[in-house]
Amino acid sequence: MAEPKEVWITGIGLLSSLGEGLDAHWEALGAKRVNADETRLAPYVIHPIAPVSFDAQIPKKGDQRQMEMWQRIGTYAAGLALDSAGVKGNQEILARMDMIIAAGGGERDLNVDVAIMNADAQGKLPPALLNEKLMNELRPTLFLAQLSNLLAGNIAIVHGVCGTSRTFMGEEASSIDAARIAVARIGAGQSDIALVGAAHNGDRGDLLMLYAFGNFALKDQHSAIWARRNNPGFAIGSAGAFLVMESREHAEARGAKPYAKLSKVVADLAQRKQPGAVTRSLQAMWPKLGVSGDNGVLITGASGAEPATAEERAFLSEHPGLAVRATGTTFGHTMEAQFPLGLALAALSISRGALYPANDPTGLEVEKAEPPTQIVVLGVGHWQGEGMALVEAVS
Amino acid sequence: MIPSRFKSGADIDGETMTAPRDKFGRPIVVVTGMGIVTSLGAGKADNWKRLTAGESGIRTVTRFPIDSLKTTMAGAVDFVTVEPFSSTSLSQRLAEMATEEALEQAGIGSKGDFPGPMFLAVAPIETEWPQRLEVARAVPKTDFNIIDYLATCSEGGKFTHFHRRFTFGSVALSLAETFGTKGSPISLSTACASGATAIQLGVEAIRRGETDATLCIATDGSVNPEAMIRFSLLSALSTQNDPPQAASKPFSKNRDGFVMAEGAGALVLESYEAAMARGARILGVVAGCGELTDSFHRTRSAPDGKPAIGCVRKTLADAGMEPNQIDHINAHGTSTPENDKMEYLATSAVFGEHTAKIPVSSNKSMVGHTISAAGAVEAIFSLLTLEHQRIPPTINYEVPDPAIPFDVVGNKARDAKVTAVMSNSFGFGGQNASLILTREPA
Repeated sequence: MAEPKEVWITGIGLLSSLGEGLDAHWEALGAKRVNADETRLAPYVIHPIAPVSFDAQIPKKGDQRQMEMWQRIGTYAAGLALDSAGVKGNQEILARMDMIIAAGGGERDLNVDVAIMNADAQGKLPPALLNEKLMNELRPTLFLAQLSNLLAGNIAIVHGVCGTSRTFMGEEASSIDAARIAVARIGAGQSDIALVGAAHNGDRGDLLMLYAFGNFALKDQHSAIWARRNNPGFAIGSAGAFLVMESREHAEARGAKPYAKLSKVVADLAQRKQPGAVTRSLQAMWPKLGVSGDNGVLITGASGAEPATAEERAFLSEHPGLAVRATGTTFGHTMEAQFPLGLALAALSISRGALYPANDPTGLEVEKAEPPTQIVVLGVGHWQGEGMALVEAVS
Repeated sequence: MIPSRFKSGADIDGETMTAPRDKFGRPIVVVTGMGIVTSLGAGKADNWKRLTAGESGIRTVTRFPIDSLKTTMAGAVDFVTVEPFSSTSLSQRLAEMATEEALEQAGIGSKGDFPGPMFLAVAPIETEWPQRLEVARAVPKTDFNIIDYLATCSEGGKFTHFHRRFTFGSVALSLAETFGTKGSPISLSTACASGATAIQLGVEAIRRGETDATLCIATDGSVNPEAMIRFSLLSALSTQNDPPQAASKPFSKNRDGFVMAEGAGALVLESYEAAMARGARILGVVAGCGELTDSFHRTRSAPDGKPAIGCVRKTLADAGMEPNQIDHINAHGTSTPENDKMEYLATSAVFGEHTAKIPVSSNKSMVGHTISAAGAVEAIFSLLTLEHQRIPPTINYEVPDPAIPFDVVGNKARDAKVTAVMSNSFGFGGQNASLILTREPA
């Protein structure tokens, strides 16, 4: 195999519970701001999306109406990423731009669902009546807002990203794999430029159901990820995190400036039935990244779910020199979006020549004065899937 | 002997390599194992027999009440049962069956130890109605709200297994454990093109030299009330319920929608070099893959067919082939009014006068639209077409649509010399993907 091509991050799009855009995020991170809501779906803690006018990136109201919130968040953030890379509206590039989206499910009509479930619990829903209720009460367009691949579909329609379109599913791991495949394709010359990202809306009772089954949802009070030992779980968060990745030569040819380069992405599926499997998986992946020295920076998407986070902490304790930042403290757990969020913050920190301050009363996160040149981004799924990436300053 | 379009690596980079590569210097990707389940049956032998006999797997739905439904038939796989039933568990079971058959044929690795990654096309997963209602009945009050309901979801770990079942990664996790695939398994959805995308991802990984083998699986067990109703509300489904086996009529003037169906297809892909080295029987070659997104509309294709045209052209270019080298098209052919017309437009734009010389057929006339699985199911039928030199029919072709003057292989299978098949998948969300499959290279 020939030496893989260098992959640059030339565009970043962020919309989250902290606001929109890179400056707003940088300022909020510097001020250690957290937007958590402990009342709206109490006792569950959530991080709702910051108020935003979607018109700026999704000008047609008709398009907005065809989407549910997660798709609007994603389509908006994708637009920000294209703007940031300077390719928005560039038909020649967009027509051949590859897209890999990590997506979960769309949103449901909770009123319809709860009414049906109540009717059934009260013995007023013979099986045949379920059909009638669904036929009459489901909005036809809701299906399109639910289909995982329709975030990509909306990005194609609104922004014209039309090379290839692939949607990966599978919670946290799906976006690790999205980044991994994009880097592999660009590295091998199978792709020149790609849009990679995910979106998540945490303000959803219907979504909490799945995590309530596993008792993973954080209750009562927000706390820093590393302070959740006695009250484990994740607060579901809201974010759209998108990156434009391209080969160095493609970026240079069009005069694009990099935020950082994405040197490596690795992923694994630890056999978690065995205790310690996550720690061992992370130990095995670490040397594949090519990190120089052990006093760098690591941005983790640690969820706060156990035992995954304890096993991750065991791995981190072997690297005490790392300045660690857990995005989950600030943003909550944005599931598919957590890994691209980490990549975005890593690239942003490198481009700003500083790491944002720690936000952790336990002291696991330490301050870092020197400008970071290498940042490891870590993802450990709350139930399955692990991965790491190395983001570096362009030399 | 190796056909002229396959060059040896030595021509490409000057190094001494014995591995045959394609004309672009990439490893040739071959198929060494295939497995299939559809409403026609389990396994290649049964499916091929029934498919070429023109049998339909479409039946009136018996799995759940059909009261109030506009569409009451589907290609459900009722001969496979899972307990307790969920579409997710059925999808997983169908995938296991297809994969077992594919691995047995390929004879690769050892039991529970497949030497490569997995790419899985699977329908988006969510908690289904029987399970939702099971929880609802356990809520300790009447007239509950979502917060009451969520408390019951967590109560005493009673429903923990629903988290394990209904996470999006659950089917891939289980299959990866069962078959011992390597690395992080990828679950994907590109709507009706998903099966083709799974194959495409596998081809790309082998061409990059990352692996010698990939397991590409596509499965769909979605015949449940809500899924049928959702498609029905989009007016996508045929409502010609009686008789059910006549509902799916691709390229006919009186077609009125697709028929939902279930199934799974699994393919073992290998580099030609690795397959030859272990003496594997080569079932066919994935000569080219192509993909191009349509940004016209969420459910409809651009009426001028431009994105589909681009997709077909990209696929030919990827294979390094000319249009006149394609001698059969395994059509997407959903039997919806728009798709079939657009597919003809796109095909005739690319193939020109050669179009009339290409026999075209749609397997969906018999097995229905297996949605997430369709791309893989139809790739397997395309490879069986190459193997048997016999093109399965498009049944229910009684009233040809004059606007679609394809050479449709209507109603009866046709023996033909077939060397290269194009298999198309065009789906919701602007997802277009095509594959070119050819006979074994040596």
